[in-house]
Amino acid sequence: MRTALFTAILLILLAGFLQVAVGLPFGKPARTDMDDYFLAHAQDQAAANNVVTSVVFDFRGFDTLGEATVLFTAVLGVGMMFRKLKPGEEYEHD
Amino acid sequence: MNMTKIVRTTADLFYPFCLVFGLYVVLHGHLTPGGGFQGGAVMATGAALLLVSRRYEDITRSLRQNTMKLCEAVGLLMFITAGLAGLFAGGAFLYNGLAGAGGLFGEPVAFGANPGGLNTAGLIPLLNIAVGIEVLGGLTVILLYMLSGVKETEP
Repeated sequence: MRTALFTAILLILLAGFLQVAVGLPFGKPARTDMDDYFLAHAQDQAAANNVVTSVVFDFRGFDTLGEATVLFTAVLGVGMMFRKLKPGEEYEHD
Repeated sequence: MNMTKIVRTTADLFYPFCLVFGLYVVLHGHLTPGGGFQGGAVMATGAALLLVSRRYEDITRSLRQNTMKLCEAVGLLMFITAGLAGLFAGGAFLYNGLAGAGGLFGEPVAFGANPGGLNTAGLIPLLNIAVGIEVLGGLTVILLYMLSGVKETEP
């Protein structure tokens, strides 16, 4: 009984979300000014033929610095988790 | 783990190709799909091949943890140094002053679809190389940390 009720509620919610999602326009962004700017100026401003790389490393280079720092911090975290135990120290078990 | 001879031979055969392909992806980041992150991950796959096929003690004689940690730090420092150089030379952090200037990576690019040359894009190849070194070091250090605790069992 409860399983059937849950399934019915789930199906109704899914139908509602799908109706909203189908109604959204797809592939027609309202504003394309920035895309046009990148395509028109990537080659003379960044001198890069790969426009994606020119966006990632030049127009938004600061964001890439953040990504590199995230990787560095992740490695630091793994290093702390897998550190060598001091002599006499033991693992803590619950 | 020390795998069978077949696995070891295959890994020995394939890891130089992994490294070369990763280097290609890093160096051509401003011309073809890919870049520092992707190429660094491919190069780290070569190191992972060696790590899973050999004994940990055998492999760390040539693939040292400290060297990889140094790679990681040097990559990040290279990135920040390149950004600061742009700040002092051009007035903005990561300013691409080398692009089109005629020197290192300084050839101008024609507008429109063209294959392009390796000697273009100014600061972007330097940043790609820096990120590639960092990702190679970081991922290899993670693998080395995780495999350092594997118990060896003699068959």
